[in-house]
Amino acid sequence: METLTLTINGEKVESLIEPNMTLQEFLHDTLGMTGTKKGCGSGLCGCCTVLVDGMAVKSCLILAMQVRGRNIRTIEGLAQGEKLDPVQEAFIENAAIQCGFCSPGMIMASKALLEESPNPSEEDVRMALSGNLCRCTGYHKIVKAVLSASEKYRQAQA
Amino acid sequence: MNTFEYFSVKNVKEACTLLSEYGEEAKLLAGGQALLNLMRERLVSPSFIVDIKGLSDFDYIRYDEETGLRIGALTTHRSLEKSDVVREKFAMLAEMEMTLASVAIRNWGTVGGNLCHADPASDLAPSLMALGAEVTLTGVDGERVLNLNDFFVDYFETKLRSDEVLTEIHVPIRGLGGGAYMKFAARATDLPVVGVATYIVLDRENRDVCKDIRIVMGSVGPRPLRSKRAEDILRGQAITDKGIEEAARLSSIDAQPVTDINGSEEFKREIVKVLVKRTIRKAVGRARTL
Repeated sequence: METLTLTINGEKVESLIEPNMTLQEFLHDTLGMTGTKKGCGSGLCGCCTVLVDGMAVKSCLILAMQVRGRNIRTIEGLAQGEKLDPVQEAFIENAAIQCGFCSPGMIMASKALLEESPNPSEEDVRMALSGNLCRCTGYHKIVKAVLSASEKYRQAQA
Repeated sequence: MNTFEYFSVKNVKEACTLLSEYGEEAKLLAGGQALLNLMRERLVSPSFIVDIKGLSDFDYIRYDEETGLRIGALTTHRSLEKSDVVREKFAMLAEMEMTLASVAIRNWGTVGGNLCHADPASDLAPSLMALGAEVTLTGVDGERVLNLNDFFVDYFETKLRSDEVLTEIHVPIRGLGGGAYMKFAARATDLPVVGVATYIVLDRENRDVCKDIRIVMGSVGPRPLRSKRAEDILRGQAITDKGIEEAARLSSIDAQPVTDINGSEEFKREIVKVLVKRTIRKAVGRARTL
């Protein structure tokens, strides 16, 4: 067993874990934060996408021990109480969620994109989300939602 | 994934010592974007994991006109992709990185890890080989430098000794040149079904003449293959359509593709031909702007 200390959605978390536990397993199984899902378990589908120090990563492909001391943001940490993040709002408004399984990953990947590139082109969005698969929507509305979210952010800045 | 004893080392020496002690039972962990999949599938089950991701001393991209480009082994793919100096001086590398897996993989996976994993379908390996890169391998007894041409042995096998850590990639500058990397794949995040990296240096006086060229084919053999016969017919000659066609033809014969789910051997040979032609033309175009 190893001691794991890290910050998740602004809160310090400490736990004893087996080193062979992935970050996804730690979040989902140990902490019960079920927004971060295991879709493929091999880093291809993106359902497990979380932010580590602002970077989108595949949490199913990272040992939890490797993010000791880091800042993790998950889908659970986006909304501020009742107030949704503009990305979440945009997904709802643009019907970019059907079954919802890919959505946390899509939203976190989108968040990482917009924090780095506040004015992405459609091509930029598609490239940024190429690691996130959706079996329901056909992606069109997801892309639209991300572009809409970037518009919301720009309006908020203005 | 099997249980293992986990070490997070503070320096390379510590890593080498642990590797030396545990030998084949230990595996280095950098980004783990390849290793964790192998472990999950139980293709490897190391009893000891030596985590070197924290060795920030090896996360760097340095360039100067004299010695060229030096990349620390723990540099992430994303850093390479975004680096101003790489985009400016080694556009081929930045372009290649944009096609490598997805953003999230590139954010955590390292260039050293990619090379040591030695997947013959690597995007990075042929690109660096086309640039004439060499790698520094650090072990308990010291360092040695190998040209990347000599580093890869077979599928997932390199000349890295059991106590060694790949610490640096060095791209020496030998004349101004232009490079291009192209891959054929079904989906955006896939490994190449066929990948080709070409780097050409033009004659200083006559920009229609090829002074030197390297053509490296990825994913069509047990390791990235230099297309030597193709290079030989272009080197020192004026660049003509006929020459490019012949180089492409020779490349397609010298490639060693295997029929698999991605395509037949014949299909892959045809793709080699196309990508060799296209990368030569793009590399020449780039070299001519210098």
